[in-house]
Amino acid sequence: MIPQATKDSVEVDYLIGALVLASVAILALVYGLILLYMFRYHAGSKAERGRPSRKSWRFEIAWTAATMAAFFGLFLWGADLYVRLFQAPANALQIYVVGKQWIWKVEHPGGQKEINALHLPIGRPIQLVMTSQDVIHDFSVPAFRIKRDVLPGRYETIWFEAQRPGSYHLFCTQLCGAGHATMTGEVVAMSAPDFEKWLSQGPAPTGARESMAAEGQVLFMRLGCSGCHGAKGEGSGGAVKAPALVGLYGSQVKLSTGAVVKSDDRYLRDSILQPDKEIVAGYEPIMPSFSGQVDEEQLMRLIAYLKSLKAKEKP
Amino acid sequence: MRPSYLTDGFSLRSWLLTTDHKRIAILYLGSITLFFFIGGVAAALLRYNLISSRGLLGSAEIYNKLFSMHGVVMVWFFLVPAVPVTLGNFLIPLMLGARDLAFPRLNLLSWYLFMIGGITVLYAMIIGGVDTGWTFYTPLTTLYSNGHVVLAVVAIFISGFSSIATGLNFIVSIHKLRAPGMSWHRMPVFLWSLYATSVIMVLATPVLAMTLLLLAFERIFHIGVFDPSVGGDPLLFQHLFWFYSHPAVYIMILPGFGVVSEIIPAFSSKELFGYKFVVWASIAIAVISFLVWGHHMFVAGESLYSALVFSLLSYAVAVPSAIKVFNWVGTMHNGYIRFDAPMLYAIGFVGLFTMGGLTGLFVAALAADVHLTQTYFVVAHFHYVMVGGMVSAYFAGLHFWWPKITGKMYPEMWGRAAAIIIFAGFNLTFFPQFILGYLGMPRRYASYPVEYEPLNLLSSAGAAVLAVGYLLPLGYLIWSLMYGKDAPANPWHATGLEWKTPSPPPTENFPATPVVTEPPYQYPLKEAVSHE
Repeated sequence: MIPQATKDSVEVDYLIGALVLASVAILALVYGLILLYMFRYHAGSKAERGRPSRKSWRFEIAWTAATMAAFFGLFLWGADLYVRLFQAPANALQIYVVGKQWIWKVEHPGGQKEINALHLPIGRPIQLVMTSQDVIHDFSVPAFRIKRDVLPGRYETIWFEAQRPGSYHLFCTQLCGAGHATMTGEVVAMSAPDFEKWLSQGPAPTGARESMAAEGQVLFMRLGCSGCHGAKGEGSGGAVKAPALVGLYGSQVKLSTGAVVKSDDRYLRDSILQPDKEIVAGYEPIMPSFSGQVDEEQLMRLIAYLKSLKAKEKP
Repeated sequence: MRPSYLTDGFSLRSWLLTTDHKRIAILYLGSITLFFFIGGVAAALLRYNLISSRGLLGSAEIYNKLFSMHGVVMVWFFLVPAVPVTLGNFLIPLMLGARDLAFPRLNLLSWYLFMIGGITVLYAMIIGGVDTGWTFYTPLTTLYSNGHVVLAVVAIFISGFSSIATGLNFIVSIHKLRAPGMSWHRMPVFLWSLYATSVIMVLATPVLAMTLLLLAFERIFHIGVFDPSVGGDPLLFQHLFWFYSHPAVYIMILPGFGVVSEIIPAFSSKELFGYKFVVWASIAIAVISFLVWGHHMFVAGESLYSALVFSLLSYAVAVPSAIKVFNWVGTMHNGYIRFDAPMLYAIGFVGLFTMGGLTGLFVAALAADVHLTQTYFVVAHFHYVMVGGMVSAYFAGLHFWWPKITGKMYPEMWGRAAAIIIFAGFNLTFFPQFILGYLGMPRRYASYPVEYEPLNLLSSAGAAVLAVGYLLPLGYLIWSLMYGKDAPANPWHATGLEWKTPSPPPTENFPATPVVTEPPYQYPLKEAVSHE
């Protein structure tokens, strides 16, 4: 058996268990009747046949209605759980994942990097923010009952809360080329103190590592973003009028079209790569695109920096 | 030798330029049998590779090319055409009481298109193959694959036209060529199911053709349709692809429903239970099948709301399938059941298709799908539907109408043995894969963690049994051509116009146009006289 390593994996197993029971019942009915009729009504058997039922529509309506009711129940069950599986709690710890042929690159907010491994604390909701550098990959951890395609040019997220320490399979389950079967790794769930220890002694030598946000700030300066958005992202840099970035993450942004969007990872990513797409109300579409100038990991650091502006520099 | 369509000219030219639907059906029968065995050999090599967790073929590239070839050949050059182009081509005019299909020359053209597509795909496989899987997901296919993607896609594009032409031909024939007295509700279910199939073929195949054309353009000219680095959307391809390929599942399975709906009444000597419900279930499946493509993308990045809608609709399409299963079982009640090979295959079909359908509920249930999709559970599920279901139905039909097609009886004992071996081998091959999938083994892995080895070994052993089961009919059916007993016009005491003409039928099918005076499946409700 595979371990049930998260809270939700138990619920997914209940759903699968219910489906197994329903299937076994229907299979027993269908195979049972077929075998019974094969035995009872084979040619040459003396069984009493009686008149065939002429009112077949009564049977038809009865079993159609019963089937529909059962199916609708299963649909509701599966759908309810799915909605919960894809809506992360607000306090989830975000970890970044980049897929490329044929490795998983993981970066923690503190700047710790890993390849084909993901260390995480138990008892705390974790949200993965994932993208791909080339083809479609799929991040799958069977012990957590989770799976999500990782697409180039987009952020996809999944979340889960591991419950017991252990090491579990990590698979890429979307065909991604010759090395597909080797794009595997392990997810290591650790107790909170162990995880803290791992973070401090982590894969990068202590001292040389900077947090993602700090690296993002360096990039922010180097790419010239501060020229318009201000050195601290307060929106007062230079002659050009640019929106303030402080407190932006997580807020509702009013666009020039009148629409309102939530400023999340997806919005920030698109605003850097395709700044003409969603223009903030009251501003000119003059920002150049940084598409092709920053790679996926740099983008994630820029976004980590923008996120950090929300917490520490909000007036 | 009795004069028949088989004796009407012996030259190669009389076969290659024939417009007789029966001879074209024979041409197709030979072609798809060839493709079935090519796809089957690839499958055998895949199962051989998976005996060991390290992969016995020693190369992931070769493994990827083999499963791509297995998928492409089996889906487009066997499962989609199989029943319509062989049994359908042979039987539609006979069951309608007509002399030929509505467009005999278009029918011949369809076969040539099919062969050009088939030879092109084989050529692409010989010069290096493709490593993208039969689904051709972008941007792997458009930017990163090293295989002969464009050639393979062109082959499928060409064979798509064969599919469209066949579908059109069937629709027009069924509308215009029914014998006097054959109202829509006196039409056998086999014709109804091919009618529904043809509607899907004609409406869905052009979408596939356009999608593949865009794919080829993107690969050659790097236009930004699917490639995100130039502004395309990688999910768009999946939407377009599954808009064809999900209805295509019903192109594969609906004709099987038709075959079984003929055989179970014949060998139960009883009217088909709930004829009208079975007919309208086919139409309902054809319509709803267009609305469920998004259930292939529950973890691919479609929105939450699309996922909910597609899940609900997927349950909706399962209802008519369930109705059919209940009706087949209902038909056996109070019957006089004979266990000739076609009936054994048909009963096998009902069992395996039910299994495939029920496991479809697992992947339609959203949260369960998240865990099970992209694993061996899905592989097992669709093989139960398409191989367990569809291939069993095809074999059922082939045995049922073999005396009509060839004028020879196949050896009954061998037929029954093969039916039982196939059923057992199939379950041994694919049932362990449900468990493997639940345990998390991803599909399309050339090598895998060692704990999955025992179940894979079991599955590969089953594949060996299944291979024997599939080779047996090849042997005894060919044997029957030379040594089989001559078949009477109606060896099974079945109803239907095709049994009212000699076996094999003369070129013009019927000496005089038959007239239909009663609904189909008017069986006498008593023991049939045992066949001679």
